[in-house]
Amino acid sequence: MKRLLILACLVVFGAGQMAHAATPKDYLVMGFAIDDIITLDPAEIFEFSGAEYAANTYDRLINYDVDNVSDIYGGIAESWDISEDGLTYTFNIRKGMTFASGNPISADDVVFSLQRVVALNKGPAFILTQFGFTPENMAESIKKVDDYTVQVMIDQPYAPTFFLYCLTSTAGSIIDKKLALSHEKDGDYGHAWLRTGYAGSGPYTLKKWKPSESLTLDRNDGYWGEKAKLKRVMIRHISEPATQRLLLEKGDIDIARNLERDDIEGLEANPEVKIVTRPKGGIYYLGLSQKNDYLKIPEVRQALKYLVDYKGMTDTFLKGRMTVHQAFLPNGFLGALTETPFSLNVEKAKELLKQAGLENGFTVTMDTRNAEPVPSMALAIQATFAQAGIKLEIIPGDGKQTLTKYRARNHDIYIGKWGPDYMDPHTNADTFARNPDNSDDAKFKPLAWRNAWDIPEMTKMADAAVLEKDTKKRADMYLELQREHQQVSPFVIMFQDIEVIAERKNVDGFILGPSFDSNFYQYTVKN
Amino acid sequence: MVREFLNRRFLAAASQTLRLLLMVSITFFGLLLITFLIGRIVPIDPVLAVVGDKASAETYEAARIAMGLHLPLWQQFFIYLGKVLQGDLGVSILTSRPVLEDIFRVFPATFELAITATVIGVLLGIPLGVFSAVHRGSIIDHVARVIGLLGYSLPIFWLGLIGLMVFYAQLDWLPGPGRIDVFYEDIVDPVTGMMLIDAVLAGEWEIFWNAVSHIILPASLLGYFSLAYISRMTRSFMLEQLRQEYILTARVKGVPEYKVVWGHALGNCAIPLITVIALSFGSLLEGSVLTETVFAWPGLGLYLTNSLLNADMNSVLGSTIVVGTIFLAVNLFSDFLYKVMDPRARG
Repeated sequence: MKRLLILACLVVFGAGQMAHAATPKDYLVMGFAIDDIITLDPAEIFEFSGAEYAANTYDRLINYDVDNVSDIYGGIAESWDISEDGLTYTFNIRKGMTFASGNPISADDVVFSLQRVVALNKGPAFILTQFGFTPENMAESIKKVDDYTVQVMIDQPYAPTFFLYCLTSTAGSIIDKKLALSHEKDGDYGHAWLRTGYAGSGPYTLKKWKPSESLTLDRNDGYWGEKAKLKRVMIRHISEPATQRLLLEKGDIDIARNLERDDIEGLEANPEVKIVTRPKGGIYYLGLSQKNDYLKIPEVRQALKYLVDYKGMTDTFLKGRMTVHQAFLPNGFLGALTETPFSLNVEKAKELLKQAGLENGFTVTMDTRNAEPVPSMALAIQATFAQAGIKLEIIPGDGKQTLTKYRARNHDIYIGKWGPDYMDPHTNADTFARNPDNSDDAKFKPLAWRNAWDIPEMTKMADAAVLEKDTKKRADMYLELQREHQQVSPFVIMFQDIEVIAERKNVDGFILGPSFDSNFYQYTVKN
Repeated sequence: MVREFLNRRFLAAASQTLRLLLMVSITFFGLLLITFLIGRIVPIDPVLAVVGDKASAETYEAARIAMGLHLPLWQQFFIYLGKVLQGDLGVSILTSRPVLEDIFRVFPATFELAITATVIGVLLGIPLGVFSAVHRGSIIDHVARVIGLLGYSLPIFWLGLIGLMVFYAQLDWLPGPGRIDVFYEDIVDPVTGMMLIDAVLAGEWEIFWNAVSHIILPASLLGYFSLAYISRMTRSFMLEQLRQEYILTARVKGVPEYKVVWGHALGNCAIPLITVIALSFGSLLEGSVLTETVFAWPGLGLYLTNSLLNADMNSVLGSTIVVGTIFLAVNLFSDFLYKVMDPRARG
């Protein structure tokens, strides 16, 4: 018994000693919900944390300045030329670079990486295939001219930034051809291996990935550019925000990535911690199905836009995490419309409903993902809809479940978030304002299709805008498109999100970019 | 004569084993079929988890065919069954790894926690139950009842966070969530997958103590819940036994009271208690999702939940087989213990 007591004391005492240990000086330890990572192959990655991983471990042909998105500069490509007709892009590859494996980077790798995305045809493949690349034509359309020159031919003379921005996305990551092919199985371009492996050249390299547990990155000491400051980045999967906060306050992690409003407010008073925010491109909106007999009436759509208490929400539970935004292009994009004509106006909404012959209101359902802040938004909207006699029934569900229903066009109203895939305005115009075929078995199913909104005219406008080479003119075209969209569309666009993270005071230089694939670790230091 | 007897014994044993095998295979078949059907009925599109929301129509269709989802349901099931019989549980959508490999990775974390929790629950729960039965209506009994009641009714999620607040954030006695400090991560090679045992095998005592300090809080919490259950059950079994005439006889003939209680009465509670402990251990092995969430403990519960929410059917079915096997094994083992402990059950 005595011995047992001594043992117990030892354990508790010993543990107490260890609990004081801060994170190692040359490690960055981050608490982050990374259970969305399902693959590490850049040709397949389409998840938030996966994209962030690729951004730090792989290089792309070109990059954009996170503080000034319109400034595009060379990565693996030192420079590039665009032909007169806007169809041929020639990339000059920087010389003397190597992959983390030691293999030199050349035109072969670039051609391989881009063709690979097309041939594998995974989730993000459309970002490249929308330029007309197919497995059949890719040998011709993406080709090597010499060891340090690559030529790419696209199918239409798009605005150059459209193609260039697409190359800055995760799918444009450059992969070590030799290494990947050494693991190839049945002509899979090394895909099965790369799903959990690494073949890149970025400032950090993969040390180990344990799904839903941790992700460890080590500094790439052979990096061709400015080397990363910290030796290791250790990402721990912690899904519970309160746990992340606790660990941060104790100094067991350096950065907490997924905090709720309560945690952030609690941390504001802590002198050991600083809060960092950055507007992101995510947009929260209501999608009103035009298959619903009430929602297809223009006055009803207009009325609903007056029945959301935008300011009330951003002043309370969305404070610091979202700003009111009512157009489909997020702030920071070329041609983004910043006007916010709608605010809660019950009288006006009632008047509109009366014009529609619905002065007594009606009942609709809304499919709502049960992850905050969506349910809180839904409740607030339910309350304001009720003021005009509209009974909103909230149908809660898991994210994948509500999405499945939405994609099958089986909803009345869907409350959701949309994040742009690349920094060109076409990414959102393509989905919110284009719907080439509204039939049930359409090949292309953008958000406009999901809400059964048939818009041949607007589709033409969006198509014209993506071909406009004059940047100023192009911006004006998007502004015009958004103004009309804002008034007539079945989308009640409400907010633009802001990423909020908390860092220990001694952490500096963690880069939060405008998109989830532009958060960078390489300049981070610990003082 | 002897030979005939042996033959009969052998035949009996063989038919018993056969019956057992048959029972186990039917159970597994039913388990797989039901899980499979539930997985297909849930209104979640499994292709979504693979290609994401924004993939083109061709990409989507290619993935659907690659996953075999274009085939009729019964065909999908039998293809799966055929693979399972060959020991192939398929590849998980979520982790891109073979399901079996995933389970070998996550299960030891849960197992380690469950064992520790059960030891705590048994070591404290049984004495508490005995004391409160013997001193029925006393303060000890009331305290035990309150402990039991709280154990039943408090949400473990909340209790876990409070535990962290007190012992980690305020008192600084115990480390925070996770199985080990970041500093020690990936030093010890996983042999059994159980941090405590692996550290000992590697002779890394510093890491061992670190892992001990990490497991104390979550194991105590889970242990508390099994303690509540075990002590309540012990109390009622004991009350039942203490009313029996043999207890009176023992007391009359002058057996010391501690022997009456701890020997005679508790000895006769042992058999039902085994079932109670086995059940509570079995349910701990399924993994406690909430505890695992709060303590960032990468175990089976989290894995299964995640897979289910993503309609990752290979992982769900694989985990189901594991959980099913565990339950069967725990049941068989408690049956076996019955026979060892109870002469009547030996037949």
